Amino acid sequence: MGLPVAIIGSGNIGTDLMYKIERSDLLDLVAVIGIDPNSDGLARAKARGYEAPHNGIDWVAENPDAVKLVFDATSAYVHRKHDEVFERLGIIGVDLTPAAIGPKVIPSVNLMEHLDKRNVNMVTCGGQATTPMVFAVRRAIDHLPYAEMVSTVSSKSAGPGTRQNIDEFTRTTATALEEIGGATIGKAIIILNPAEPPILMRNTVFAALPEGSDHDAVIESVYEMEKAVAEFVPGYRLKNRPVIEEGPFHTPGGVVPHRAVVLLEVEGAGDYLPTYAGNLDIMTAAALRVGEAFAAHQEVSA
Amino acid sequence: MTATAETTAATETPRDFRLIDSTLRDGSHAISHQYQVDQVVKIVEGLDAAGVQVIEIAHGDGLGGSSFNYGFSAVDEMQLIEAAVNATTNAQIACLLLPGIGTKDELKKVRDLGVGVARIAVHCTEADITEQHIKMAKELGMEAIGFLMMAHMNTPEGLLEQAKLMQSYGADAVYIADSAGALTTNEVRARVAELVGGLDVPLGVHAHQNLSLAVANSIAAYEEGARNLDGTSAGLGAGAGNCPTEILAAVCEKNGIYSGVDPLKLMDVAEEITRPLMVRQQVVDRAGLLLGYAGVYGSFLLHAQRAAERYGVSQADILLELGRRKVVGGQEDMIIDVALELAKKHAEQEVTA
Repeated sequence: MGLPVAIIGSGNIGTDLMYKIERSDLLDLVAVIGIDPNSDGLARAKARGYEAPHNGIDWVAENPDAVKLVFDATSAYVHRKHDEVFERLGIIGVDLTPAAIGPKVIPSVNLMEHLDKRNVNMVTCGGQATTPMVFAVRRAIDHLPYAEMVSTVSSKSAGPGTRQNIDEFTRTTATALEEIGGATIGKAIIILNPAEPPILMRNTVFAALPEGSDHDAVIESVYEMEKAVAEFVPGYRLKNRPVIEEGPFHTPGGVVPHRAVVLLEVEGAGDYLPTYAGNLDIMTAAALRVGEAFAAHQEVSA
Repeated sequence: MTATAETTAATETPRDFRLIDSTLRDGSHAISHQYQVDQVVKIVEGLDAAGVQVIEIAHGDGLGGSSFNYGFSAVDEMQLIEAAVNATTNAQIACLLLPGIGTKDELKKVRDLGVGVARIAVHCTEADITEQHIKMAKELGMEAIGFLMMAHMNTPEGLLEQAKLMQSYGADAVYIADSAGALTTNEVRARVAELVGGLDVPLGVHAHQNLSLAVANSIAAYEEGARNLDGTSAGLGAGAGNCPTEILAAVCEKNGIYSGVDPLKLMDVAEEITRPLMVRQQVVDRAGLLLGYAGVYGSFLLHAQRAAERYGVSQADILLELGRRKVVGGQEDMIIDVALELAKKHAEQEVTA
């Protein structure tokens, strides 16, 4: 018997997450909660035998003992309201919106650090893809004065939430590169590409390497991190070998002689969203990982 | 400050179109974002004295563009912008912002410095990501211009749809930018005619020189109803360069189109200020032509040259492959990706040979 959980938000992310939780031994999906009775996500949830209410957060309030953890795939604005209900009922919130009420979690870096919190935030798709590599460089050198990520996603996979609030993506991601990746200064860039057929999600990490950095250690650490992330995001891979390029580079963190360039690609699992939507897949895969960690933690402490 | 006694608003004849000079923004690509304060001041003073009404300044990739991916600015762009604002007498100072690279924070900062015009730039199919930035520019009391890049990658009808979105967000004007210098004159005419017919706000055209058509395309755009045209001094800019303002002004005069700018003064600026700071001549060489031919974003040029040298592959092969992949503006990281793949292919061929 796994930890009873629900998903709130029956759009692309919520529905994709449903398929992933279905395969988990540690989580028992009880309900997929929406607000639109005609949504495809709710129809699919019903067909697979889950509760599929369309009264939103009210369902959680009316069934206070039904679930211990809720994945919130709605929006930042709505999540802030949901969080009040979660807090009152003692339910753990795993936040897939940019609300960022709780601490940010990047599973391959700080999964175990926040299992005592009642709300955690999943950053952004680009943050999930690139923060691990910034951390990988950081742990191999003394200090990382500046790191930058460039994320390109297919136009088709960027929903209205991302489009109307693109600054939130760049700010939240840059903060994650600093707080969790370990860069003194972080910068994030996002590009939408409308090519047909849609491109797979691409991410590039540039990291400033100060004088005296051990380049072989950086490369080795990057390969190790690729394996660690691919454990729970099977389509996560280095598109090309990581390279060290010679500068000098006049970064905002100071002049450095070299930079590391890590070229990544994320192919989605194709659960609900097509494989090109690696950006959404990495969010749901990371959220599942976090949910399972909470479940394992609760079992131990119970 | 330079006094420009001959151009007082009260006596001036109405101009047939408005020229926006982007030497200090698009031109920044051509010198790898190495502008110094004294260069900015000289260019602004020269353009202002020649009667240019709007002078755009920012990192080549817009506010916040200073980065590994696009190249770091030698001098903080806010310092350069402040110098430009202080150096101008009549001309307004404009900034360009690409949502996804820069943020609303930078927009607020430049407004505080005295920048009056915000151009919000986006790939020509993604206008909906500019809503917040256009609205904020209006709230800040700025003129807001929507700027649709890589206009060869969308149809006239598709561009109109995107331009209408920007208009609905409050844009005071909309531009189509031929960022790859890939449009023929007929293609420019078709696009401008469609947009002028369907929009309530004025249209602008930003041309590049990769097919040697920048001036011709700008004149054609004017004839079809475009009332804002972009150029740069001596064509300094991404790829083979922009529409050279001094040539555009000269051709306009010969055609009886009143630009309100002095071609002779612009020629002096080009020859005495801009050319001496160029690190390479703005010519249509093979790489420049390939950008227009393959429809590749102009600012990839120098990045592709560096990657070609670094990994021992051909710059031309990199540009052609980028065209095949349909990369868009901002994806400079893909240049390294392509160079590494070409290098790998060469190595494999050597092993099997």
